[in-house]
Amino acid sequence: MSKSWEEINAKIASGEAVVMTAEEFGSLAAAEGVSEAARIVDVVTTGTFGPMCSTGAFLNFGHSDPPIKMGTITLNDVPASGGLAAVDTYLGATEPSTTRGIEYGGAHVIEDLLRGRAVRLKASGPGTDCYPRTEIDTWVTLDDLNQAYLFNPRNCYQNYAVAVNTGDRALYTYLGTLLPRLANATYCSAGALSPLLNDPTYRTVGVGTRCFVAGAPGYVAWEGTQHNPNQQRDGHGEPVGPAGTIAVIADLKQASAEYFSAATMAGYGVSAFVGIGIPIPVLDEDLAATLALTDAELTATVFDYGVQRRSRPALRQVTYAELRSGEIEIDGKRVPTGPISSLPVARRIATELRRWITEHRFTLAPPLQPLPQPGSQGFRPLEIRTEEAI
Amino acid sequence: MARKRLDLTFPPRQATKAITYHLVKDFDLVPNILRAQIQPEQEGRMLLELTGSSEQFEAGVAFLRHEGIDVREAASDICLDDDRCVICGLCTAVCRPGALSLAAETGELVFDKDKCVYCEACVIACPRRAVTLRF
Repeated sequence: MSKSWEEINAKIASGEAVVMTAEEFGSLAAAEGVSEAARIVDVVTTGTFGPMCSTGAFLNFGHSDPPIKMGTITLNDVPASGGLAAVDTYLGATEPSTTRGIEYGGAHVIEDLLRGRAVRLKASGPGTDCYPRTEIDTWVTLDDLNQAYLFNPRNCYQNYAVAVNTGDRALYTYLGTLLPRLANATYCSAGALSPLLNDPTYRTVGVGTRCFVAGAPGYVAWEGTQHNPNQQRDGHGEPVGPAGTIAVIADLKQASAEYFSAATMAGYGVSAFVGIGIPIPVLDEDLAATLALTDAELTATVFDYGVQRRSRPALRQVTYAELRSGEIEIDGKRVPTGPISSLPVARRIATELRRWITEHRFTLAPPLQPLPQPGSQGFRPLEIRTEEAI
Repeated sequence: MARKRLDLTFPPRQATKAITYHLVKDFDLVPNILRAQIQPEQEGRMLLELTGSSEQFEAGVAFLRHEGIDVREAASDICLDDDRCVICGLCTAVCRPGALSLAAETGELVFDKDKCVYCEACVIACPRRAVTLRF
């Protein structure tokens, strides 16, 4: 059994495509077998909604009269980049406010814009012949901006670590508060719904893939930063730890605060929950076999964040089903688990994407260029060295 | 037996009185101070779990009120803002008494107020600032 992209898109266009979420597909495959499920279903939708720090937006404010070449820029006191053209900026999600610290950051500005709220723009510039103004203090809304688009350099981690802390003091991390002496474990993946776990070797997801980004139709723009296809893999070809990532782009004006939520991680900093959903075409039975995997078959590695080094000790492998049960066992100790990635919202995204395909005839785009494949590139550390040592 | 969590508000002039001593000695009640914020000459607040016979409990509460202390049941003091919550579940990871959990099938957040000890771990951990403790 095999289907082409063209056949599947023709079915979507005519309203005949059979579309299921990854969870529904897993149930169908368990009941009918993978071959039968692959024959019946044309597209499987995925979804994830977790904090994704490498997120931000390009904004263009338009020109004031007289115009200004913005050098230092703040939005609601959150600094944005002045390193682009006169009235262009990039606002990073994790940038903290100069007045409120990590309680309000770039992600909160983006969420406020999405909610239709006016944001205070302050900027200063050198004053030049073509841009004589040196100061500006005004208010802008999302509607006022010429362009506003999310460009997130790293979203949608293919898998992630499970974090525990064997130390004797609480740790405040990007994976939440880790209680001392193995008193909790946190994890951050949509498991069976996770987009890249449904296409572990990036056969269908690549540059140009159309997808759901924060409620807007968007695209995979490039491999994500720290994309690591060479992570250790299990018998299904699934990575057992953080692996592939994608960079995504989408129009902020079409996005929704329902799928973009600013976050403050205690003692750590600002981040943003970003909703990503990717449709996977059921091209053949090999792909169907990974689409059919459930939380009981997908695993993650437990790392001890009590060791504050680049390489943390791996303690064991656990399945997502174990993690979702609320408790895992480590060294004979029962450790309560808590997720950071929202399962209810991930389900809502996969369902919404299914609706886009069935009702709005959202067709699929084959990759213009594949993501780097397993074996193709490494994941380099940063060495600390002097000029003389180069 | 009665066991209740009480939210006590002390007027400034009353804030230094050793009320827990009297609750133990005069009313045979078992006080468990879950949280307290008491400073001389300022209004004070105390979250107090009180256990004892129903009669003594009533008498103890009457004593507190007679002392000018505002006594209210504390159950409404923790608030979950559904509009802000994204049901990530991070609060469940820090909730040692197990008051916050995720429903097995739906993954929705379940809050069992009876188990809450008002430790504020969830208030601090919530990345959406969706949990607030009024104290």
